[in-house]
This record gives sequence, C-alpha cells and structure tokens, in this order.
Amino acid sequence: MLWNSVYNEFIKITAKPRSYLGLLAITVLVGVILFALKVDGKSMIAFVTSSFEQTLSFQGELLNGNLVAFIILQMLIIHIPLLVALVTGDLVSGEAASGTIRMLLTKPISRTQLLLSKFIAGAVYTFCLIIWLGIMAVIVGKLLFGSGDLMVLNSDGLVILQEQDVNWRYLGGFAVAFLALLTVSTLSICLSCFSNNSIGPIVLTMAIIILFTIIGTLDVKIFDSIRPFLFTTHMASWRSFFEEPLPKAEIIKSLIILLAHQVLLISMAVYHFNKKDITS
Amino acid sequence: MSEKIIEVQHLSKHFGAFHAVKDVNFTVYKGDVFGFLGPNGAGKSTSIRCLLSLIQADRGEIKIFGQSLATNRSQILARTGSIIEKPDFYKYLSAYQNLAIFSRISGANVSRKEIEGMLDFVGLAGREQDKVAGFSHGMKQRLGIAQTLLHQPDLIILDEPTTGLDPQGIIDIRNLILRLRDEQGKTVLLSSHLLAEMELIANRMVIINKGKTLVEGEVAQLLNAEELVVQLEIDKAEEAKHWIANHLSNIELISSTENQLELAMDKSGVAELNKSLVAQGFNIYAIESKRKLEDYFIKMLKADVVE
Repeated sequence: MLWNSVYNEFIKITAKPRSYLGLLAITVLVGVILFALKVDGKSMIAFVTSSFEQTLSFQGELLNGNLVAFIILQMLIIHIPLLVALVTGDLVSGEAASGTIRMLLTKPISRTQLLLSKFIAGAVYTFCLIIWLGIMAVIVGKLLFGSGDLMVLNSDGLVILQEQDVNWRYLGGFAVAFLALLTVSTLSICLSCFSNNSIGPIVLTMAIIILFTIIGTLDVKIFDSIRPFLFTTHMASWRSFFEEPLPKAEIIKSLIILLAHQVLLISMAVYHFNKKDITS
Repeated sequence: MSEKIIEVQHLSKHFGAFHAVKDVNFTVYKGDVFGFLGPNGAGKSTSIRCLLSLIQADRGEIKIFGQSLATNRSQILARTGSIIEKPDFYKYLSAYQNLAIFSRISGANVSRKEIEGMLDFVGLAGREQDKVAGFSHGMKQRLGIAQTLLHQPDLIILDEPTTGLDPQGIIDIRNLILRLRDEQGKTVLLSSHLLAEMELIANRMVIINKGKTLVEGEVAQLLNAEELVVQLEIDKAEEAKHWIANHLSNIELISSTENQLELAMDKSGVAELNKSLVAQGFNIYAIESKRKLEDYFIKMLKADVVE
C-alpha cells in the first residue's frame, strides 16, 4: 500500500505544472550565471587573484568548469529551498484545501503510510532538483569552460585542488546539499500537516529559513549556544568537501544534525497527522 | 434479525466548546438502505466522518462488520465505499487517472478494464481521458459514485449524494442505490435533505437532532403505512370541516384555511370521504396525499424543541 501511494504521489507531482518551475528556474538561473561568466568571467577571476599575484604565479585556465560549478553551487544553494518548498509545502495542505485528503483518508491506507509516501515523493523530487543542478553546473559547466584544477577561496586562505581530486568532492558536496534540502523538504511537509491552505506552509518554511539564517550569521553571544543546532548552519556544509584536509568530524556532525532534524520533523508530522480531525 | 453491519453506541464529539455530537445511537443491518436524517447542524456529517475515522470520537463505540473501528480501521475501510458531502478530485488529472489513484490505495486489485467499465456504468464512457477540471457538478458526482463502487465494497456511505444534481440525476442515483441493494445485496447508509427521495428508498432510518438520536426504526412502522396526510382543496372549507367532525370518524383535522383542509386519516377512508362530501354538495377541486416523512420529520423536531 505504501509503494502504491508513493506511485500516486509521483503521478500527482509530475502532473502539476508548478513542479516544473523548479527545474525551469534552475535552468534559467544557471544559464544566466554561465552566460555572465563566459562573457566577463576572466576579469572577475583577475580581480580575485590580483591580491595573490605578488606571491603566487598561476598557470593554466583558472576559469574552468570546476570553478564555474563551485560558483554556481555557492550562489544557488541558498535559493533552491524556495523551489523545494514550492512543491513539498503543498503536498498535504494542498490536498486539505482541495478536499482530496478527505477522499484519500476514507481508503484503507493508514495515515502514517500516506504521510510517509509524501515524504518519500518529496525526497525524490528534491533529489531530481539537485541532480538537475549538478547536471547544469558540473556537466554543462565543463562542456562550456573545460576542466582543470579548482581554486577555492575559503576562510583559511586559498586551496588549490587537483583536477583528478575534484569529482568525488562534488559527489560528496551534492550529497550533503541534498541532505540539507531534504531537511527543508521535511520541514515544509511537516508544516503542511498543520495547515489547510497551500501557501501558508511555503511562506512559513521560507520565513523559518530566513530567521535561522539571520540567527546563524548574527555575531551575538546569546545565539552562540543554539547556532550549532540550527539546520541552516549546516546547509553550507557541502563546502567542507572542498577543504584540505577534509574536515571529516565537521561533516559527520552536520550529517547527524540534519538527519536528527529530519527524524524529529517526520515524527512530529506523523503524530499530528494521525491525531488530526479531517473537517475540510 | 439479519447481520448487523454498523453499530453506533453513545457517539460523542466536541470541537472546543461546541458539542457537535452528544449521544448518537443507531444500528444498520445487512441489506438496509438506511436513512440518516437530521436538520442542518444536527451532527450528521460529524457522525458520518466518525464512521469513516476522518474524525476521532471523544466517546462511544463504533462497530462495523462486527469489528471495532478503533482497532480495525483498514480492514473496515477496505470493505466500505463513501462520498462525504461532495466528491473532490484532482482537477489536473483525468477521470481515469483519478479513479486509478483511489483504486491503488483501496486494497483491491482493480484493472484498467474494470475502471473503464465503472466509468461506463456511471455514464462517463468516452470521458476517461478528460481532465476533471472540465467536469460539471453532476459529472463529478457520477465520478464520485464510480470511486465509491470501484473496489466492490459491502457497505456504501453516501452523505448528500444528490446535492446539486438535476431531477434526472436524482432519479439515476435513486435507481442506482436500489439496484445496489436488490441486485448486489449492498448495505447503504444515506444522508439526504430530500425527504421525499428518502421515503422512496430507505427501509430503515434514524433522525438525529442537536447531536442526539431522536428516533430509529423501520420507515414503514414509524410512518404508519396506512395513515395518510390528505390535503383537500374544497369550497366552503369551514362548513366542510364541521360536517366531517360531526359525521365521519377516524379523521383528524390538522389544519384549515378558507378553501383547504389538511386531514390525517386511513388510506381506506379517502374514497368514502370524497363520496360523502360530494353527496353533501361540496365541490372538491383536488385531493392530494402529502409527503408523510416530511411531516413526521418536522413533528419529531418540534417535539424535541418542546422537550
């Protein structure tokens, strides 16, 4: 019954035009960034590297597919949550608003199974978005700009990663980015269980992300104790894969916190959904 | 006595301070077309939602097919089909896709052919691939019936299934319900405001008001099949009223106007009444038998208000 319901959810997601907005938005956004870098990328790189030129000499093409993919990920990973929430925030509340949840719950499928099928479908949709982002950023980026060593500027300084050492890092980076977006998907579905209108959970998800991001970036002592436990703090953990040496402990800590959020949010959603009176 | 399909005892549900259902009790037997009646706000929809576990009751017990709903929800719903208030579908999907979605989680293995057959059965043949967004209310109602019957349920719960339907649609639904009972032995619980319709198809009924059961039983017994409410259109109604009171027995005057009398009487006395009045020189322009369930329903509600 669970997998039948998952299949149903796929059919619904693929039939809704809004599901394609995310893919379209990624295509357009990445397209704009690729175009801008193709037209004016060299002067941008020259500006960044000018401060190192007295001590370092750069050889080869710095503006390559690997750097372009890194820039795209850095720029877009903040915006993708909106695209995720746009679809997943509607999965339960949209059905409550349209009355179809009433029809579904008069069938023998359990409420827990129905909700889990929505989480699974939301996870697959999120996975599709991240895969599409990967294709657009890494594959199209390399096709347009070629491959090469990756130069990453982080808080500790400049890190140069060998070309053959980059692909697995992207794989790990995208995996962590997927987990971060999965947390957003889980949050929006959880909020969706508490609402009977489509827009509320989507707006609330974004409001929570903005609030947590502000708390995470404000250098105020009172927030020091909660900052490490906010999921937004770990949304940028994909960058850890581009550090040398690899901060394994930090990555594992981020994964644990993201997974803990997901378990907590799913549990809250299942508990509430099972108790909820369907009056719509 | 035949097998009990639904047993509801002391059902109670409140939403905050509002007590929607206080003490609803009724029993539906196998093969019944059971009328579930009550005015707006009586607690009908809340009770029906409790039967389908859409709403959790605060107190009371619901047994369906002899099993407790609280512990056997899935097994019970696998044998139950329902429409609550109005059927809502995924407007961006076709009629076929909608039925396929609901059949996949109905616990039955329903083939493509069976779905198409069901669409044909409810008069939607040829519209399988049309999106529901373009369907009229009547077509959605028919699709709702198809969704209800697709997994061959033993119990069918229909909450206001004829709302918004045209007269032909209402007749079609009535005939369908009777066919389901007579040809397939299904048990139907039916809630409707159309009392005349209910009178035509229900064999048993319950009337609830303010969240409580007022009366439950066989429709024929409750309405006393032989007793009619007759409306006479007559000249000199006042004079006729006195003549009837003085000369004819077993006739109870309910109301009178300048040219109309409303009388409660045995069916067998109608011809005699007509003959006698004509013989006395009264001109009778019309004799009409009024809907009895409507009167009974209003009488029960009035009695409840007085109490």
